[in-house]
Amino acid sequence: MDLDDTPEQAAYRAQVRSWLDAHKREAPVLQGPGAIEDEDEIIAARRVWQGKLAEGGLAGVTWPKEYGGQGRGPIEQVICNQEIGNAKVPGILDAIGVGMLGPTIIAHGSEEQKSRYLGPMLHGDEVWCQLFSEPAAGSDLAAVQTRARQQDDGSWRLTGQKVWTTNAQFASYGLLLARTDADVPKHKGMTMFIVPMDAEGVTVRGLRQISGEAEFNEVFFDDLALDENAVVGGVGNGWGTALTTLMYERVTIGLGGEGLGYNSTRFAAAIASDEHARRDPEVRHQLGEIASELLAVRFTGYRTLTALQRGQIPGPEAGLAKVTIVNGAIKAGELIADTVGPDALAEDSQWAYMISFLPGLKSAGGTEEILRNTVGERVLGLPPEPRLDKGIPFSELRSKEGAPA
Amino acid sequence: MNLALSDEQVFLREAARGALSRFKTLEAARDALDGDEDALPDLWPTACEAGWPGLLIDEAHGGAGLDAFDAMLVLSECGRVLAGVPLLGHLPATAILSDAPNAAEFMADLASGARRAAYLPCQPPSDVHEDWSTDPASGFQRAPLPVAGAAGDDGRGGGRVSVTGSFSFVPDAPGANALVGVAMRDGRPVGVAILADAPGVTIEPVSRYDATRSLGHVTLKEAPAVVLDAPQESLVAAWHLAQALIAAESLGSVETALDVSVAYAKERFTFGRAIGSYQAVKHSLTEVLRQLENGRSLLYYAGWARTGAPGEFALAASAARSVGGRALDTAARTMIAVHGGIGATWEHDAPLYFRRAQLSRRLLGGTAGASDRVAGELLAQADAA
Repeated sequence: MDLDDTPEQAAYRAQVRSWLDAHKREAPVLQGPGAIEDEDEIIAARRVWQGKLAEGGLAGVTWPKEYGGQGRGPIEQVICNQEIGNAKVPGILDAIGVGMLGPTIIAHGSEEQKSRYLGPMLHGDEVWCQLFSEPAAGSDLAAVQTRARQQDDGSWRLTGQKVWTTNAQFASYGLLLARTDADVPKHKGMTMFIVPMDAEGVTVRGLRQISGEAEFNEVFFDDLALDENAVVGGVGNGWGTALTTLMYERVTIGLGGEGLGYNSTRFAAAIASDEHARRDPEVRHQLGEIASELLAVRFTGYRTLTALQRGQIPGPEAGLAKVTIVNGAIKAGELIADTVGPDALAEDSQWAYMISFLPGLKSAGGTEEILRNTVGERVLGLPPEPRLDKGIPFSELRSKEGAPA
Repeated sequence: MNLALSDEQVFLREAARGALSRFKTLEAARDALDGDEDALPDLWPTACEAGWPGLLIDEAHGGAGLDAFDAMLVLSECGRVLAGVPLLGHLPATAILSDAPNAAEFMADLASGARRAAYLPCQPPSDVHEDWSTDPASGFQRAPLPVAGAAGDDGRGGGRVSVTGSFSFVPDAPGANALVGVAMRDGRPVGVAILADAPGVTIEPVSRYDATRSLGHVTLKEAPAVVLDAPQESLVAAWHLAQALIAAESLGSVETALDVSVAYAKERFTFGRAIGSYQAVKHSLTEVLRQLENGRSLLYYAGWARTGAPGEFALAASAARSVGGRALDTAARTMIAVHGGIGATWEHDAPLYFRRAQLSRRLLGGTAGASDRVAGELLAQADAA
């Protein structure tokens, strides 16, 4: 048990650091004086920067070398993230693509797909988005209704709606989970597709949230034509392919939770700036409790890393770290705003923004309730809730719910 | 970076579990509450056989030369079965003595367990409390540390003083051969070691709510003490070590409380379903797991920080205590609730874990005191940044 770098890790850290020292002046400035303000310019600059990181070996650290990665382990990935953070430069733009969707294509895609898509993804030339959630399929993701029908010539026509899609407004491609057979039970009739976002029949609309800003999108598909080789992982195997993505999502959240900015250091600094709040026993008590839990998440991440390094796959318990982060940040937001007063709710306040963002985040990646179900069943081995959708063809299920399939 | 347990650590844990399994500690805990004074097994010989008294003493002095994390593994095992092994008192005391060259002659006996020490809980100053303090006999106000008289009182040089004052609810004080803590001399903290049978020393055994926890009120009236030449950081670290150890012990108890609750939730049926299938029950059990996992992660932090990052040890150990203590509160109440009415009966084990939780959260500065320390450490870090 040792939290220090091994000599190999230390050497890798030094290598990453020296690359960053040499190149950090080329990084786009996103905060403070001289920061780029125009949204499109920010994206453009971050694409270029991702390309440089990829050339320097600082993107796709865990990807196999044959696909342009470094073929290194998860600990090196974290070391790389830490050094990027220490250098105060932005990380890669397409964390969803490189972190989750690329690895899914590496695991399930055809050789043609790998050679066509992975390179431009890694270099930020083509950004990707994840088209899984729908208005009626979130926690119960296997209930997706976006329908893909195969044509006589083998091509596909796709109609439906996705939601909560990050980066869709500038993405080149999306990885999309669709229903291809409604006459079999719901987990069996799905297929994963690669979708070009600029194709006719694709409409992207910003989804404004509590803050008024649109960090996510809704994406509509109206009779989108896809050719045969858009399928990833085989027709009818969509659920298995999706589980791979979700596993990488857990890893990403487990290792990068603190990167969301919900950490004890930031919250303590907010309290420290008020000389009365910092001496108030109740404020201190709450801060101490919240911060202890958030601090724990960092070391839970290290435990996850250790497991990964030993070839184990992180289980659903990693999701509990998300529960801790979100609820801890919610409490911290309340505490800080209570000490600041209504000014914390000013439109340009970082706390107002955080307070607005968190209620939605509570449901992101599966609601807290579904997460606790999964952990209770798969980790503690508790019996599942009786289900009414098992073994029933999706179309019948839909008609039971009073809607057309 | 590697948070996996070494083979030696796995062995240490398994050996501890095996050794403690030879005793019916839970039955003994209940019988002791019923007034059977001889019910509790003497686990010190078992501890000595296993080498636990010397866990933190270096090998040159007959110890195992291990670190806080290893000690925490053993404490977790004790917590699992509510075993009253007097390590919470002994280990922090040996940590101070190990840093005091003038205590070297005692270390072999302390490492073998031929003699047992108890740590007098001395809470170091924080960003809002400038004085050292100790737990009060009663009430909310922290108590001052004892005062050490002028040096050389017994005419044998500057290494000896007489100490006057008291310590309340000292873990494992009854039966200890030596008491180790901090006293104030000329307004400065000094480490002191006092023989339990020295004149002016009284140790009154006290029992509160959890019979497995041996506690004592220690009164010192001009008691002769050796001034330890341990550095002040060592006196501070001992407090935090005690926090880390009680956190580990608490999390061990959480493991059992959760295991027993989960097993029951699988086998108990209501309305035709196992109660563990209901979200209300399932979610309360995953909440215990969440707190347990957070606590375990912080044990790694604290176990590493003591020597790996001493500047963070106060934060790490206090955070572990804050999370571990609250986890035990939650686990014990959940254990009772999941079992329904039977969980609140005398015959059940749940009340024993509940009693442990109730007392633990109020010892050694309390769980809330650890949370306050976390805040203080982070506020100080923010000032420095």
